[in-house]
Amino acid sequence: MVVSTPAVAMRGGSVAIGGRPVLRAVDVAVAPGELVAVLGPNGSGKSTMVKAMTGLLPLTSGEVHLLGTPLSAFHDWKRVGFVPQRASAASGVPASVWEVVASGRLTRRRLLRPLGRADRRAIDDALDTVGLAHRRHDGVSHLSGGQQQRVLIARALAGEPDLFFLDEPTAGVDAANQLALADALGVLKRRGATLVLVAHELGPLRPLVDRAVVLRDGRVVHDGAPPLDLDPQHAHHHGPHHEPADHHHDHTPHVASPLEHP
Amino acid sequence: MDLFSYAFMQRALLAALFTGLAAPAIGTFLVQRRMALMGDGIGHVAVTGVALGLLTGTSPTWTAVAVATLGAVLIEVIRERGHTNGDVALALLFYGGLAGGVLLTGLGGQSASRLQEFLFGAITTLSIGDVLLTMALATVVVVCAVGLSPQLFALAHDQDFARVAGLRVRAYNVLVAVLAAVTVTVAMRTVGLLLVSALMVVPVATAQQLTRSFRTTLLAAMLLGTAASVGGLTASALLSDRATVAPGPAIVLLALAGFAATWPVGLWLRHRARVHAPFPDVDDGPLPEHAGEHPHAHGPECGHAAVPHGDHVDYVHDGHRHAVHGEHYDEH
Repeated sequence: MVVSTPAVAMRGGSVAIGGRPVLRAVDVAVAPGELVAVLGPNGSGKSTMVKAMTGLLPLTSGEVHLLGTPLSAFHDWKRVGFVPQRASAASGVPASVWEVVASGRLTRRRLLRPLGRADRRAIDDALDTVGLAHRRHDGVSHLSGGQQQRVLIARALAGEPDLFFLDEPTAGVDAANQLALADALGVLKRRGATLVLVAHELGPLRPLVDRAVVLRDGRVVHDGAPPLDLDPQHAHHHGPHHEPADHHHDHTPHVASPLEHP
Repeated sequence: MDLFSYAFMQRALLAALFTGLAAPAIGTFLVQRRMALMGDGIGHVAVTGVALGLLTGTSPTWTAVAVATLGAVLIEVIRERGHTNGDVALALLFYGGLAGGVLLTGLGGQSASRLQEFLFGAITTLSIGDVLLTMALATVVVVCAVGLSPQLFALAHDQDFARVAGLRVRAYNVLVAVLAAVTVTVAMRTVGLLLVSALMVVPVATAQQLTRSFRTTLLAAMLLGTAASVGGLTASALLSDRATVAPGPAIVLLALAGFAATWPVGLWLRHRARVHAPFPDVDDGPLPEHAGEHPHAHGPECGHAAVPHGDHVDYVHDGHRHAVHGEHYDEH
């Protein structure tokens, strides 16, 4: 067996939010081309782990390597595609589907240069992959929640990365859109991309998953074949599909003073 | 039209033109971040800057630029570090700035009317130097806002995504804050510090009633802002022999009139989009039932909204969803 450098490696990764330990000495490695699902109930640290892997949250101890490079020295962000957890792809000003997807091309664009032919081709390809090419001129806020998730995936695709982090792409997405999502992820996997996917439940994504990492209370409790069924009590007691959009509030009690650091 | 042959009027028109272009350009990004009132906050802080200038006898424009920039960066820091209570922290800063400014003006022995020039604008009293400075600063704002729009769009749209894309998020956030502060001081002599935010926000609100893309919103807002500022100034000049019409409020009210005119259209467009949004294709719902006798045939001409539903079309009729099934309609 050939030992290859893992695409993502977290060793002894711990994260504290507001002084409270949320992720506790987690060891996870993802091989190139692997699709790993990160599962667990709300508040188990799934999103926190992905945020620590992408540098959005600092580690209190431990280390993360992306594509063989320590995170602090990693600058090759065009190889990384990130789909953050958010309820909607809309913002305060209208934006078309094409514009949101095109913003994913930023990793490869030089300052003050217009989009080149390769950029436009990558954007078109990303829209085709998620099956939204026909909606490119529509405003994103006019799309359904599931379609907006597909727009966010297309945005990550547009940068042509080979390592993807997807934070709850299936949360609040109806069955038809989950199938469309599974198709898009299947295309990525066949192209050889590495995928780290945070999910509440796998649904139609199950056949694509090579390995599952199950977190509970900030620790890895399972690392191997995807479990057949999550403990229904844990999978469902927070209501169907909807994770709170404001995940800051998961771990830290509120402090009611205006200048307090969270 | 001999009024427009006066040098002061030509200077005022130039200042209005450049302010009208620059304010909505940066305002679009503030609205996109849902920080529409940031311009207002910076305006309040800038009052202290103006008062400092009046107190020390230096140019109020430059002290205002300095203090407004400081205030804007501070607002940005609070926003970045803060939590849901960020708006309270901003309020503290706003009122500190306004109170400090009024207090300092009094201490300096300046009359309230001098401060009023900056609070509500005095576009017809601009010197050539003022106009050149306004044009230069406004050009910087427009070039940055339009030239860096791909970066600023991504940042305002999704900060986490921008960070993982390798964008220097903090540097760009500070840049937006500084550009907003510069815009506020540029517009201070045109519409006044207390009305600045209107010129940054109202044209954007008007534009987005009708637009679907960011690019059109940005350009339309800049056009609308220019139209409002030049139009408002012209209106106040034309009416000047009949009544005292202050240019600043005239500009803001004209911009608001634009919003009032387009809002019903936007309302109608949004309503139509909602009505025609496809129904979700749910497979385990209740069985369709016969909708009973029907007085007319649904079709493109019947006037009932035709909404895609899976592989067919439902017609929305008195709160029912009618789908053609052979000779009759099913209730979907």
